[in-house]
Amino acid sequence: MPNFEIVKREDFSDVTFLLEIRHPLMAKAAKPGQFVIVMLNEHGERVPLTIADFDRSKGTVTLVIQAVGKTTKQMQQECKVGTSLYGLVGPMGIPTPESHAKKVVCVGGGLGVAPVYPQARALKESGAYVIGVIGFRTKDLVFWEDKFRAICDELIICSDDGSVGLHGRVTAGIEQAIKKHTDIDEVIAIGPPIMMKSCAETTRPYKIKTMVSLNPIMVDGTGMCGGCRVKIGDQVKFACVDGPDFDGHLVDFDDLMTRLRRYTKEERMALDHWEKEKGCRMQKSIDKAVDAARTK
Amino acid sequence: MREQDPAVRARNFDEVACGYHPDDAMRESERCLFCPDQPCVSGCPVGINIPGFIRKINEKDLRGAYDILTETSLLPAICGRVCPQENQCEGQCTVGQTLEPVAIGRLERFVGDTAIREGWANIPYIEPTPFKVGIVGSGPAGMACAADMAKAGCDVTVYEAFHQAGGVLKYGIPDFRLPNAVIDAEINTLKKLGVKFECNTLVGRLFTLEQMITEMGYDAVFVGVGAGYPTMLGIPGDSLNGVLSANELLTRCNLMRAKEFPSFDTPQPIGKRVAVVGAGNTAMDAMRVSLRLGAEKVYCIYRRSHKEAPARAEEIHHAEEEGVEFHWLTHPVAILDDGHGNVMGMRCVRMELGEPDASGRRRPVPVPGSEFDFECDLIVYAIGTNANPIMGQTSGLRLNKWGYIDTDENLATSLAGVFAGGDIVTGAATVIEAMGAGRRAAASMKTYLGIRDSNRPYRTGGDTLFGIDTSERNFARIRA
Repeated sequence: MPNFEIVKREDFSDVTFLLEIRHPLMAKAAKPGQFVIVMLNEHGERVPLTIADFDRSKGTVTLVIQAVGKTTKQMQQECKVGTSLYGLVGPMGIPTPESHAKKVVCVGGGLGVAPVYPQARALKESGAYVIGVIGFRTKDLVFWEDKFRAICDELIICSDDGSVGLHGRVTAGIEQAIKKHTDIDEVIAIGPPIMMKSCAETTRPYKIKTMVSLNPIMVDGTGMCGGCRVKIGDQVKFACVDGPDFDGHLVDFDDLMTRLRRYTKEERMALDHWEKEKGCRMQKSIDKAVDAARTK
Repeated sequence: MREQDPAVRARNFDEVACGYHPDDAMRESERCLFCPDQPCVSGCPVGINIPGFIRKINEKDLRGAYDILTETSLLPAICGRVCPQENQCEGQCTVGQTLEPVAIGRLERFVGDTAIREGWANIPYIEPTPFKVGIVGSGPAGMACAADMAKAGCDVTVYEAFHQAGGVLKYGIPDFRLPNAVIDAEINTLKKLGVKFECNTLVGRLFTLEQMITEMGYDAVFVGVGAGYPTMLGIPGDSLNGVLSANELLTRCNLMRAKEFPSFDTPQPIGKRVAVVGAGNTAMDAMRVSLRLGAEKVYCIYRRSHKEAPARAEEIHHAEEEGVEFHWLTHPVAILDDGHGNVMGMRCVRMELGEPDASGRRRPVPVPGSEFDFECDLIVYAIGTNANPIMGQTSGLRLNKWGYIDTDENLATSLAGVFAGGDIVTGAATVIEAMGAGRRAAASMKTYLGIRDSNRPYRTGGDTLFGIDTSERNFARIRA
């Protein structure tokens, strides 16, 4: 039985949480830009998640997860410190190549804030001037501000409702950074596809190289199913083995977003099924407790 | 051999071929002529002593038959089911020149199944050798190589990227052709030989081949990762929702058990009308899986004619019986969408056969003006695979111009101590060919490590003692 023990959990909000998992070999091998595939249990699906951080000395990898679908909600409920995942494989994908950029904007939107962190850190370590732009819907959802402050030369926090930092989306933050610095070599943007698309559109007129990290639907993550194929310019690439990083100015985001909706109906079904089962199990345990109390 | 009725089986995942009753096996074994020149053996990629095991069946000594089979075949229950016997042993059978050839595959399966049921396993005495061997990929090539290296006394670890071992046998071949229980039974046999399986391990990314040799202490490594990377047609509409590779359909259904959704989390929406492009064995599997998942109509779209179809005759026959509609000499030119990113139909063109091409098959050419549209809501591409790029990306292995691993005739790669075989060397082929490659690589690895191969037939004659060459008396004897 494999053992991928959860050694730390942190809840950032009622939907976003962090898991730190013991896997010394993976911690040693992981590089910024790579992802893992997680299986919660034997009946589970294989969920690709970008590595948010790794600690070589502790031998752990960190994932930040948003409870939106059946599996992630179940993970939120069941993944406690001391429990183990059924499957964890990686690091997958081509690591982000070492950049020689001197001035970089690292953009993270929502959940994308987590995976952009190791990239920003690596850039800082290589001597670049790092401008962080991280965006959240509202103040309560902000996480890792201190971690970013520690490695960024400048940090712009954006919020959709203006409750913290700059009022507006991350694109407003990028505009601000571009206005202030005329010598930006590269923008790295990670987040929901619609956000990455807007970031690419924002930088396109300035012709600033913009790298994005794609997370389409996958099964194996090893180049075998082709479910994660994406259109990059006039080519078709598999995000799992040819990516996940691509030139944002070449990515066909509309195609990606359509393909991400492929299983919407089934995802809903799975969630309903799980919630119903959960209800049944709860009812059963209540019945049992009542029976036990009666016999006493 | 008794088969499930086509109308019934097309809606369930139970095995199609029910297997022999002992009486059937006995009757079939009597048809063997026990020819002295044994043409069937020369037709077998691993050289099973076919007349030998059939004779034991005939003598009602099934254990004896199993013993003979396991001298050479490691996984009889699997090979008996999935080998293309008509091109191999049965194709050479003398009886087959005038009548139906002896059903060697079915007899092999019968013995293999009996062994699983009875819990037989032939674990030879293994004299440990001090070598550590790593196998990358737990498919047929890796399994065959692992077994041989374990029998040679090596400490063998098999790495698998998926959460379950078995490779293409698990994710690719559906339950109704090869039940998972059979694969697990054969994997257990390997475990009894001392082979260790490490799943959830993506070699290349978690650690590299070079690290296996330099840091992890492996004396030799075998790479059998399969081809994998599915080919898309490259026509308009390829990326629509509802177009997927056969690999994806089969993996979802077989390995991830999407057929039991939502009890299992992986979904597999199936169309009412499914069009499968291609006519190989994978295409047949995809069609028959689609029927079982509830499709009303399943079409096979193939640009050549029935005669050129690469699938086994038996598979095409089974698919036909179950109600697949075959459209030969038809080629897709575009996938039509419903305006919301989903598949609505397919535009095809009729083909006719022209001059033979490099493969010797007549090249299909489009008939001008023959385009037509038809309705379907799921399209599966089963048109072959390319080389998986991970090994090339992560190691210094020399690849050929198509991206497959370059090896010499002994299956040695450009890295010292690293051998490779199966689809990642040859491109997509069959299970038994992969097993054959795994065994050939194992033989080379033993030579490389200085282990004398006990499977080598010993000469008997003046300069041998008990069948052992006198010049070789001082070797560490491995009793297989």
